[in-house]
Amino acid sequence: MREITYLEAVREALSQEMRENEDVFMLGEDIGVYGGAFGVSRGMLEEFGSERIRNTPISEAAISGTAVGAALTGMRPVLELQFSDFITIAMDNLVNQAAKIRYMYGGKGSVPMVLRTPSGSGTGAAAQHSQSLEAWVAHVPGLKVVQPSCGSDAKGLLKAAIDDNNPVVFYEHKTLYKTSDHVPEEAYSIPLGKADIKREGTDATIVATAAMVPKALEAASKLAEEGIETEVVDPRTLVPLDKETIVESVKKTGRLLVAHEAVKRGGFGGEIASTIAESEAFDFLDAPIMRLGGAEVPIPYNPNLEKATVPSVEDMIDSVKQMVHYDTWRENHG
Amino acid sequence: MIQIPEHLSKERLLDLYEQMWLIRYFDEKVDEFFAKGMIHGTTHLAVGQEASAVGSCAVLKEEDKITSTHRGHGHCIAKGADINKMMAELFGRETGYCKGKGGSMHIADLDKGNLGANGIVGGGFAIANGAGLTSRMKDLGYVVLCFFGDGASNEGSFHEALNLASIWDLPVVFICENNQYGMSGPVKDMINIEHIASRSGSYGIPGKVVDGNDVFDVMNAVGEAVEHAREGNGPSLVECKTYRWKGHSKSDAKKYRTREEEKEWRDKDPIKRMKEAMLEKEIVTEEEVEEIKQQAKRKIEESVEFSKESPEPDLSTLLTDVYAD
Repeated sequence: MREITYLEAVREALSQEMRENEDVFMLGEDIGVYGGAFGVSRGMLEEFGSERIRNTPISEAAISGTAVGAALTGMRPVLELQFSDFITIAMDNLVNQAAKIRYMYGGKGSVPMVLRTPSGSGTGAAAQHSQSLEAWVAHVPGLKVVQPSCGSDAKGLLKAAIDDNNPVVFYEHKTLYKTSDHVPEEAYSIPLGKADIKREGTDATIVATAAMVPKALEAASKLAEEGIETEVVDPRTLVPLDKETIVESVKKTGRLLVAHEAVKRGGFGGEIASTIAESEAFDFLDAPIMRLGGAEVPIPYNPNLEKATVPSVEDMIDSVKQMVHYDTWRENHG
Repeated sequence: MIQIPEHLSKERLLDLYEQMWLIRYFDEKVDEFFAKGMIHGTTHLAVGQEASAVGSCAVLKEEDKITSTHRGHGHCIAKGADINKMMAELFGRETGYCKGKGGSMHIADLDKGNLGANGIVGGGFAIANGAGLTSRMKDLGYVVLCFFGDGASNEGSFHEALNLASIWDLPVVFICENNQYGMSGPVKDMINIEHIASRSGSYGIPGKVVDGNDVFDVMNAVGEAVEHAREGNGPSLVECKTYRWKGHSKSDAKKYRTREEEKEWRDKDPIKRMKEAMLEKEIVTEEEVEEIKQQAKRKIEESVEFSKESPEPDLSTLLTDVYAD
């Protein structure tokens, strides 16, 4: 099968959906001639024209609300925000309007919109262009939240997100855009709420999201060299969350490490850890649940500082080893 | 004396006159029930502002749409809402527009083109744009009226949305109901220009100031703006100068304004002015207008009975309607 990049996979999903469904259109800043801040929509203006690839003014509040209104009246808008940090400016429309309209209206009306936006650090863009705020939106009933970690997932999940009748926040990751994997050419859908076991293992489970998934896979390979078999579970969607797959994995391995790039405090990892603590998998735990998350700082500019902000492969290896050798570790650290 | 447009039939005039009374009685009844503790939460009443809702919606076609505000009962009624379902919603009943989940600030009637009231000041601007964009992209030909208050015109969303509507020529008419106060904030202290409609100049769109207590003045201006939009010429801004007779919400001692000022505006009662104009022109008789008024009152009483007899929502509905299938 051919390999394409994550970025190309996102573009292909958008293009295929737009060819398939006239109600789908895109709006966002510089998505026209420029092709979007990261080039996702490059070439799409030429194919679909300016009515459906709608270049907007720098008005996140207006374009997010316009997406809500268009969705409520029968369109399927896909809104691009250049950086996920700018979701703060769109927050009212996302949280107070899109998420609540159906419930407030007693089950009438729906808001089938997708807000696509790149998140994460690793590009030197510093504090206002590098955050991972997915836990904020995962907290709000009425929204769905997707975080693909590879191109083949991104393509299938994006189709599912656009076809979904609810507002979906679709987090792409800047540092994954250039990664490649095998992506089927035809359109396909990956259901929201279905985790993927990226690597099977028996000794420990790492639940990782977005750019932490390739790191977790690297950690698992290195751990395997030492005889530790690590299972890597990618939830792919935070809302809805595939609790069953995570619970079953932990029941099998008896150990759980949760790793995300977002700040650890209040991050979604706490939700996953609690899910296990509340489940029947709790009885299977051979070591306390561990979490790795971003340092509790704004993302710094200097490359070394920036890198040190987020969990590394080594951090994951250390954590898994600590869990696997918990009894010894406790004696030494007790 | 206000001027009645020639083209309006007697039947149509009485229909509009009834809408004015329905709004007045509805909100007065709600006021009464809040005072008695029969309705909980909060509510925002549009008593005294009936003409801007009725005059604006009077020029619409069935398929046209509106976005409303926290002070939205009048807009709902003027866009053809079922009064029983509205009152039942305020009672929090299962038969209400939102099955008791929305309350006063979230009544919507999508089938009638009412895209909903909004608890966020300035929350409707961009949603109206989105509906207007759908009309354009699907070539549906409908126009969207976006109601908002003087206070909302100071929100950033106002600027972003009017600019966007202008550059995209969206079929949206932005209707400012300037009732002189944003909660307690007098418009003269919060805005340094005389007319909010002047802000239209910043977006290169038409702006017009009308007597918001003259239902016909509102009709004429909004009618022109709607035609302008329907013909593909883009948005307009219409400012209706009016006054809310009641406080901002249920707990308002109205310390920020004088009783003299309130009396001045009560003398400009939009319903009284409409009645006097129709009587003066001998289009209607005293008996006929009185009958319309009583008819409106009966409808409100019936809505109260309907609401009281309606069941509370079952607790099992708590978790439904969050997501669409």
